[in-house]
Amino acid sequence: MIIQALAFYLFSTVLIAAAVMVISARNPVHSVLFLILAFFNAAGLFVLMGAEFLAMILVVVYVGAVAVLFLFVVMMLDIDFSALRQGFLRYAPIGGLVGIVLLVELMWMATVWAVAPGASEVGVARMPAAAQIPNTQALGLVLYTRYVYVFQAAGLVLLVAMIGAIVLTLRQREGVRRQDIARQISRPRERSVELVKMPPRAGV
Amino acid sequence: MAKDILVLGPAWPEVFLACAAMALLMLGVFRGESSARLVSWLSVGALAATALLLSGTTPERGLTFGGMFVIDSFAVFMKMLVLLGSALAIVMSLDFNEREKIARFEYPVLFLFATLGMMMMVSASDLISLYLGLELQSLSLYVVAAFRRDSIRSTEAGLKYFVLGALSSGLLLYGASLIYGFAGTTSFAGIARIMVDSAGDMPLGVVFGVVFIAAALAFKVSAAPFHMWTPDVYEGAPTPVTAFFSVAPKIAAVSLLVRVLVEPFGPLVGAWQQIVVALAVVSMLIGGFAAIYQTNIKRLMAYSSIGHIGYALVGLAAGDETGVRGVLVYMSIYLFMNVAAFGAILCMRQQGRMVERIDDLSGLAKNQPMVAAALAISMFSMAGIPPLAGFFGKLYVFLAAISAGLYALAVIGVLTSVVAAYYYLRIVKLMYFDDPVDVFDQPIGRPLGLVLAGTSLFTLLFFVYPAPLIFAAGLAAAALYAG
Repeated sequence: MIIQALAFYLFSTVLIAAAVMVISARNPVHSVLFLILAFFNAAGLFVLMGAEFLAMILVVVYVGAVAVLFLFVVMMLDIDFSALRQGFLRYAPIGGLVGIVLLVELMWMATVWAVAPGASEVGVARMPAAAQIPNTQALGLVLYTRYVYVFQAAGLVLLVAMIGAIVLTLRQREGVRRQDIARQISRPRERSVELVKMPPRAGV
Repeated sequence: MAKDILVLGPAWPEVFLACAAMALLMLGVFRGESSARLVSWLSVGALAATALLLSGTTPERGLTFGGMFVIDSFAVFMKMLVLLGSALAIVMSLDFNEREKIARFEYPVLFLFATLGMMMMVSASDLISLYLGLELQSLSLYVVAAFRRDSIRSTEAGLKYFVLGALSSGLLLYGASLIYGFAGTTSFAGIARIMVDSAGDMPLGVVFGVVFIAAALAFKVSAAPFHMWTPDVYEGAPTPVTAFFSVAPKIAAVSLLVRVLVEPFGPLVGAWQQIVVALAVVSMLIGGFAAIYQTNIKRLMAYSSIGHIGYALVGLAAGDETGVRGVLVYMSIYLFMNVAAFGAILCMRQQGRMVERIDDLSGLAKNQPMVAAALAISMFSMAGIPPLAGFFGKLYVFLAAISAGLYALAVIGVLTSVVAAYYYLRIVKLMYFDDPVDVFDQPIGRPLGLVLAGTSLFTLLFFVYPAPLIFAAGLAAAALYAG
C-alpha cells in the first residue's frame, strides 16, 4: 500500500512539474522533451490504476509517434516561437481569469457531485473486475463486437484526416526525376557498356 | 447482445455510402487528376443510390450496433434532406471548381465522407456515436473549407474553423463525460431512463453537462452567441463550399440538437428550454441587425443563416411535437431557398473572376432577368413574405411557440424578421431599380442553371401543394416523441 502511495505521489509530482515545464521552457525542443517525460509519468499513473492497456498506448502512440512528430515539426519547420509568444503576457491575465473561473466552477460542481441511484446497475456491471480478467483482454472482448460501429467510424475519421493532409499539402512538381527500378534493371548491357579496342601506348 | 450487433439492416445506406466513398477515392487515385468531373457525377449517383436505399428501409424504429445507431422516420426525413443538400452542392461546384482550377477528385469524396458523418449524426443514439459522427463530418468540412489552398483567405477559413471546432468538440466531450459520470451509461435510452428516475433532484453536474453539450452543438449550428466563426469561414471558403456549409451540416446538426434534447434529456425540458430560448433570441437579433452593415454577399448570407437558425430554434424552444415539426418544415424550406440564393451568388462573375460585393448586383434584372428573378424569389422567401415557402416555415415555428405559451419569443421573432426583411429587400431593390454597373458573364452553365431553376420553382410554388412535406415532417416529429 505504502509503496503504491509513494509511486502515485512520485508520478504525479513529476507529471505536474513536467507539464509546467512544457509551457514555460524557452527552448521548444526542451518543451517537447518535457512533454515526453509527462507522457511517461501519466502512463505510470495508468498502470497504478490497473489500466495497463492505456499505459501501453500512451507510451507507444504518444511517445513513440506523436512526440517524435512534434520534435520533427519543431526542428524542421522555421517557426519563430518568440513571435508566437509575443502576446503571452498581454493575454495571460484574461487567460488566467478564465482558468480560475473554470476551476471554481469545477470545484463547486465536485462538492455537490452525485451519481444517479440507478447508475451502478447500468454502468459498472458491464466492466469486469480486474482480478477476473486483465484490462487489455476485457477491452479486446468488446472492441470488435460491442463497439465495432464506433471502431469503424474512428477508422473513417482517420482516413479523412489522411486524405485531408494529402489534399492540403501534396503538390505535383514538374521536372522531378524519379527512379524507375524496372527500367534500370531491364537495361541491356549493350546500351551502357562499350568495349573499345585501344592500341597499346597510344593514349586516348 | 451479440445478435443485434451484426444486424446491418437499418444501417445499409451508411454502409453503402462508406464503401462508395472509398471506391470513388480509389478510382480517383488510379485515374489521376483529370477524373474530377467523373468522380463528381459518380458521387451524385452514390448519394442518389443511398437515398434510394434509405427510402427502402422500414419506417419502424430500429436500433442496431448495440444500441448505438437508431433509425426512425425522423432520421429518414433528416437524412433525405442532408443527401439532397450534399448532391446539390456537388452539382453546383462542378463548373466553379474547373474555372478556379481547384477541380480535384478528393473534393466530392470529402463531400461524401462529410455526408456520411452527417447521416451518422442524425442516427446517433449514443454519446460515443454522436461524437464520432460529428468529428467525421467536421474533419471533412475543415479540409474542404481550406480547399483553395493557395488563397490566404481560404486557408485562414479552414484553420479558424478547425481551431474553434476543436474547442467546441472539447466542450462536447467534457459535457458528455459529466453526463456519463452521473448516469453510468452513454446510450440515449439509458440516460433517458436515469433522468426520469431522478427527475426530482437533479444534481448541478448534470445541468452543467447539458449546458456544455448544448453549447457545443450550438456552435455547430452556428447559433449566436457561438457564431463568431461563421462570417469569416463563409467568406473565406470557396463559394460552393459555403453553399454546402449553409445547408447540409446545419440540417444534420439541428437534427442532432433536437434528438439529444428530446430523447435523453427530454425529462429535463425545463432546464434546456431556457437555454434554447436564449439561443434563439440572440441568434435572431444578431441575424437581423449585424447583417445590415455587410457589404460582402457571403458575409450577409452567413448572418442570414444565423438568423434562420434562430427561427428554427424557436420551434425547438416550444419543446413539444408541433415545435419539432415546425423545425423540420423550417429546415427543409431553408434548404431550398438557401441553395437558390447561393446558386445566384455563384453566377456573380465578371470577366471570368468571382465578385462578392453586394453592390455588384446592381441592375442585374436588366442583364440577366432569370438569375435576378431566382435571387429575388429566394430573398422574398427568406424575408418571409407570403405566399412563398419561407413564410410557411416561419408560420409553423411561430404557431408552435404561441401554442406553447412563448408569446414574447414569437413577438421578438416577428420583429426581427421585419428587420431582416430590410436587407433582403435591399438586394431586390439593387437588382431591379438601380443602374447596371458591370455585366455578369454568361452563360452560367447547365448544371447550375438547373439547380437554380428547380430550387426557385420549389420556393415559389410550395404553397400550391404543401401537404406532403408537412405530413412527412409531422410523421418524423411524432416518431421522435414516440420513441
